[in-house]
Amino acid sequence: MSTPKSGEALDELSQGLRRLGGAVTGGIAWIGYAARFLTAVIWHSPAAFRRLHLTLREIYFSGVLSLVIILTSGLFVGMVLSLQGYEVLVRYGADEQLGILVALSLVKELGPVLAGLLFASRAGSAITAEIGLMKATEQLSAMEMMAVDPIARVVAPRFWAGVISMPLLAALFSALGIFGAYLIGVRVLGVDAGAFWGQMQAGVKVWPDVTNGIIKSLVFGTAVSLIAVLDGYDAKPTAEGVSSATTRTVVVSSLAILALDFVLTVFMFRGVGS
Amino acid sequence: MPVATTGASHAALTPTRRLDPAAAAIELVDVRFAYDTREILKGITMSVPRGKIVAIMGASGSGKTTILRLIGGQLKPASGQVRVSGQSVPDLEPDALYALRRRCGMLFQFGALFTDMSVFENIAFPMREHTELPEEIIRDLVMMKLHAVGLRGAAQLMPSELSGGMGRRVALARAIALDPMLVMYDEPFAGLDPISLGVVGQLIRRLNDALGITSVVVTHDVYESLKIVDYLYFVSEGKVVASGTPEEVRASTDLYVRQFVDGAPDGPVPFHYPAPPYRETLFADVDA
Amino acid sequence: MNRSTIDLWVGIFVAIGFGAILFLALKVGNLLTLDRTSGYHLQANFDNIGGLKLRAPVKAAGVVVGRVESIRLDPKSYEGIVIMRIDRDVLFTKDTIASINTSGLLGEVYIGLDAGGDTVMLGDGGRIGKTQSAVVIEKLIGQFLFDKASDAGAKK
Repeated sequence: MSTPKSGEALDELSQGLRRLGGAVTGGIAWIGYAARFLTAVIWHSPAAFRRLHLTLREIYFSGVLSLVIILTSGLFVGMVLSLQGYEVLVRYGADEQLGILVALSLVKELGPVLAGLLFASRAGSAITAEIGLMKATEQLSAMEMMAVDPIARVVAPRFWAGVISMPLLAALFSALGIFGAYLIGVRVLGVDAGAFWGQMQAGVKVWPDVTNGIIKSLVFGTAVSLIAVLDGYDAKPTAEGVSSATTRTVVVSSLAILALDFVLTVFMFRGVGS
Repeated sequence: MPVATTGASHAALTPTRRLDPAAAAIELVDVRFAYDTREILKGITMSVPRGKIVAIMGASGSGKTTILRLIGGQLKPASGQVRVSGQSVPDLEPDALYALRRRCGMLFQFGALFTDMSVFENIAFPMREHTELPEEIIRDLVMMKLHAVGLRGAAQLMPSELSGGMGRRVALARAIALDPMLVMYDEPFAGLDPISLGVVGQLIRRLNDALGITSVVVTHDVYESLKIVDYLYFVSEGKVVASGTPEEVRASTDLYVRQFVDGAPDGPVPFHYPAPPYRETLFADVDA
Repeated sequence: MNRSTIDLWVGIFVAIGFGAILFLALKVGNLLTLDRTSGYHLQANFDNIGGLKLRAPVKAAGVVVGRVESIRLDPKSYEGIVIMRIDRDVLFTKDTIASINTSGLLGEVYIGLDAGGDTVMLGDGGRIGKTQSAVVIEKLIGQFLFDKASDAGAKK
């Protein structure tokens, strides 16, 4: 056996750097490709809306079937938030602020982000798997050969279903969360109901708080839907190709949501006081 | 009597066939195609006369499916000509390409039925997409196509409930839904039991003659092909190595054709995948 | 899954989704809590407005009767001029006292109005004469220490 020379170590290092550089340029190239794909999807969207029942069907599969997980999670998150928040606030005698604490946390942040993550893992992965499977069984090719554009018929309805469903799901998440917080805060912990709702109403403004939450959920919905349909459309037409595309959708969507959340929050941050 | 379903609804009710007076249905001239750096087709020349069934045979990976995709316009050749009904397929504008595809039918390997729709809806799909026909007429047409393949009673089943042979027949019915002028079959016999093999083979022949269409069958099933086709092309390593009518093929002395027809394990297509000499592999440590 | 069932469920989904958005806007936010168009204006000058912000509530006996509409500095008297919009159906006497309070230790800052016994009411654009500025903690502590120091000095 020959002893490893320093030259080999240098080789390994440069190999690693090259791979890292490749990954970064690959990632940037992918963003460009995603942007082009998005343009193609939007271009073919009028067909998806002329055949409204296609999109409605996808809203059912993405939105309606996500309701159970969204509503339960929202309720639990709200209840936990209420418990944790109360514990801290009561030390300063500020337990009456519980309502506004919970409401702002949910509406501006937790609602859009958590609903987005849940949507990505439930509906996003399902969309990727479905499209990937259609590609693997040549259904997309069959459509092409029948002179039907698969982007118009298969991809666009699923994309728009995700974009439409996300804000609704995020709002439901926040609403259920506030309700759960009310149950725990007022009914169990004894915070004054009037203070709970009153402080909340005084502190939560439709513009910018509620609308910021809606804007966030729209952006997340677009990102998750785009990633889901893209990964499905590009999946390798094998069993493992589809499965790796599905995991990639969940991972990339989650990272995208968190990154976009940071960017949007910075944009919407107006400083303290007015 | 088949009903022309292209064009506006009133035209669909008159029983005329839109015959294309142009030359041979399909022509490939010195077609080359490479996938990334691997050259798959190295100069293919073949022609398919109108109204005939032509089989393209070859071992797996010889480029047969690629030829179908070139004919259908899903791929563009690196060089050479691909003509369908006199039109050069790679040069067609998207609209013209789609118009051409509406007059072609394709049977994909293993069927490629839309799994979220019933049998009926699968066959109605091209009709609903490309015609303005009212639902009652579509229903009748779908039933006619199903009757032609013998599956009228399976109209409401889902693709997952069909056996392999049944699924293949439904896909065939879908391929002829709009009374195409050309039908391409990608491995129609793959994975079928002997009875279904016979059924599908007979359907291909009978539909071809009854509807006056041209058929291209890509397959490696020699037995079934020799029973039904009018002409065969043998493709190996990107070139046409032999061709002829079924009688010529059966009597051929070409080594490749003989290996293929007889199913011999070794011949022009070698048994051993390229590897270093056997002795070297076994005695590697001893010699070193 | 036939079409009418899907349509039904999608309809329900969209309806409750929009309902949730409306809920957030109305019950959680303050879209309807104050009628912005009606109301009259009152002015009050303060030496120190403390942490008073725009749109802070104006309360009488703890009940919200209005909002702070504008805050600016009087360049001559160096007083803070606060304009409030008050509900039309609540009138205040001329000798009303306006004070800046904090609700709780971490609570928000609001203006409290204590009505007096005067028979004359303030009209639109009226000015509240008696005001009590916000309590500034530093001054309070400084005052406390000063008092303590002078007590100690007096004892000696």
